[in-house]
Amino acid sequence: MTIARIHIPRRVLVFTICLVVIVVLFYLLEHVGISTKEVARGALFVMTPLTLAAVGECINEKAGLVNIGLEGIFLLTAFFGVYGAVHLGSGYGGLLVGSLVGALIGFIFGIMSVYGRANQVVAGMGINVFAGGMLLFLMMTIWHATSYEVRPEFMISKISTPLGLLSPIIFVAIAIAILFHIILHRTFLGIKIRAAGEKPEAVDVGGKRVDRIRMFTCILGGGLAGLGGAFFSLGWLGTVVKDISAGRGYIALACVVFAGLEPLYALAAAFIFGFVEALASTVGIMPAAHAFPFLGYFLLMVPYIVPLVVVAIFIGRKPFPKASGRPYIRE
Amino acid sequence: MISKVPSALLSYLRENMRPLVESAFAIFVGLVVGGLILLVLHYNPIDGYVSMLKGFGIFIEQRNFGLTEFAYALAFATPYMLTALTFAVGMRAGLFNIGAEGQVYIGGAAAAWIAGHFALPVGFHVFAVTIIAMLAGALWALIPALLKIRRGVHEVISGIMLNWIAFYLVMYLAIYHLSGKYAHLTAEALPTARYEVLGMVGRIDLIAMISVILAVCLGVYILLWRTRVSHIGFIQRWRMMLFGLIVGGSYVAFAYVNQHFGKLMGGNLTTVIYVAIALCVGVYVFLWRMYPGYEIRLVGDNPDAARYAGISISRAILLSFIIGGLAAGLAGASLAIRPTNWGFNSTLGDFVGYGFVGIGVALVGRNHPIGIIPSAIFFGGLENSGRYLEADLGVSSELVGGIQGIIIIAMALPLLVLLLARLRRKAK
Repeated sequence: MTIARIHIPRRVLVFTICLVVIVVLFYLLEHVGISTKEVARGALFVMTPLTLAAVGECINEKAGLVNIGLEGIFLLTAFFGVYGAVHLGSGYGGLLVGSLVGALIGFIFGIMSVYGRANQVVAGMGINVFAGGMLLFLMMTIWHATSYEVRPEFMISKISTPLGLLSPIIFVAIAIAILFHIILHRTFLGIKIRAAGEKPEAVDVGGKRVDRIRMFTCILGGGLAGLGGAFFSLGWLGTVVKDISAGRGYIALACVVFAGLEPLYALAAAFIFGFVEALASTVGIMPAAHAFPFLGYFLLMVPYIVPLVVVAIFIGRKPFPKASGRPYIRE
Repeated sequence: MISKVPSALLSYLRENMRPLVESAFAIFVGLVVGGLILLVLHYNPIDGYVSMLKGFGIFIEQRNFGLTEFAYALAFATPYMLTALTFAVGMRAGLFNIGAEGQVYIGGAAAAWIAGHFALPVGFHVFAVTIIAMLAGALWALIPALLKIRRGVHEVISGIMLNWIAFYLVMYLAIYHLSGKYAHLTAEALPTARYEVLGMVGRIDLIAMISVILAVCLGVYILLWRTRVSHIGFIQRWRMMLFGLIVGGSYVAFAYVNQHFGKLMGGNLTTVIYVAIALCVGVYVFLWRMYPGYEIRLVGDNPDAARYAGISISRAILLSFIIGGLAAGLAGASLAIRPTNWGFNSTLGDFVGYGFVGIGVALVGRNHPIGIIPSAIFFGGLENSGRYLEADLGVSSELVGGIQGIIIIAMALPLLVLLLARLRRKAK
């Protein structure tokens, strides 16, 4: 008699372990005396821009494009979101401007990498360097200050929940992750996107335009990252400063790697890293932490160590589409 | 006959100058976009360009023809040269080694550690600092190399992750283990561990320095490529020895000149620039004149052919990562041990960005160890011109970062020049 073996994918296993660890940590924290509500709330706020950018990047990479300029999009849209909010007179208008600017950057990136056959990693790096310089330059020339407080009436108003005040964008981000997971796996558009990354020739033979699919994912990814960037300043921090995103564009990339290009896993990954970051800031101010200062820094490193270890040990080179990062040239 | 000469020259140039044209075009695009940004924000772009030229020591009122300014540009160019070398060697092996940023942090921390916390004999101390920093960079580069070889982890992914791990690690080390008198700075390098500051005032200094650099390049070139030697071995070793003698001798000569004619004016160009240039030339010799370097280039150009030829691809990858790590570690040392702090800030503001801009430097220098040198000087001058943009126009010096980003983006497009040529043909 044979016993039916239950096959659990490794990724599911890893994520289950992580989430169980988080639940255990929550339980422990309650005993130590840290408000778990505060940590969870912080985690949800950190999670939102990460999720938005990571979901866009997942879809982008599924279609065969690697845009590592997420950090640059964050930085520029954090500025342009506030700029738009001030000029349009509403926070939501600012979010719209932010995502449009993000989509524009995505569009430029798409034109370059789809039609110009640009090197995508170099172009993405260029976006990061460009944005890193331009953010402060624009702030200095337009606002004549190195930091800018967003006036309260332009902030996205928070709604009260059992966890405390939360931004509505958090729920939008969760909805977007689920929505795009369904689109990617249950619709014809999703098949086209995945095929464009896996076997662009087949898409071409099937009569669909690879370039248009890739342009679409580029613009979409840029727009989502732009929404995340505008959320930094308008929905969360309420200021614009140099390096406002503090490397979270790279954490979003880490989420994508950790999630193996699946939007729903990217949501989970973003929550895990958000939790770690919220924990780092909570632990950092605890008096006991002074005896062992490395802990706070180690927690800050975790979002980078975990994907690296997971990729190295569990996943390897598998999840990336075959045509990833390569321009498609019609014969 | 005579009329044919220009056309032959033109066709030669057309054959060989395309990479150069692409680089020049990318720089052109970067500068034009920078000017447009200024124009949109109601500044005069011409003033902006004049300020940028001032960063190179042109259009500036100085009694030594702006050479002081050029020395500042060279000081900025030194780390760029080295991080660009990291990326370029990676590219030659077909790798996207964007981990220079993290290796700079680690190298800088190692340099500050050795320089500030150990008392070593004069002469040996500087040497130890340099070597340990380079080895630390190489050690950090070993992680992505092994991950790539053993587990097939793409170097872009591991590079991004390791850059940030290094960032927080070095930040922790700087605050809790390396700090000295001031909490926000690492301990000052002991006087024995400091690189000599090159004199900034005397015109003779810079002329001497530039001519020494040129002489070294020329001497090495003549020795290695224009003397006829049929076998390697003893003679090659002899050549390398002579090369070392030239570099060392030029250093001594320069130190002499510096001592007698230069005045220390708080400038920040240190002797690391010699080591940097020597490393560039050395990597060139390694890649183009030695067998392991040839293997690296073959793996980069055609991995299949390399595999059929029995070349160990893993070894080539490992070597290119290690060379890159050595260069980036030295860049870290050059940034950590420089006037006027002789240490680095615990926010890592001294290090951030050099690794990424190095990618642009390498691309503009066509990923060629020698091409990197002028390219780095260009980027260094641009960086230096930020001060003049701030002083003359009143805009933030960060515009320079934007221009550098645009140049990198323009370099990503391999077909830009081709596309333009095609458009021109169509227009005809």
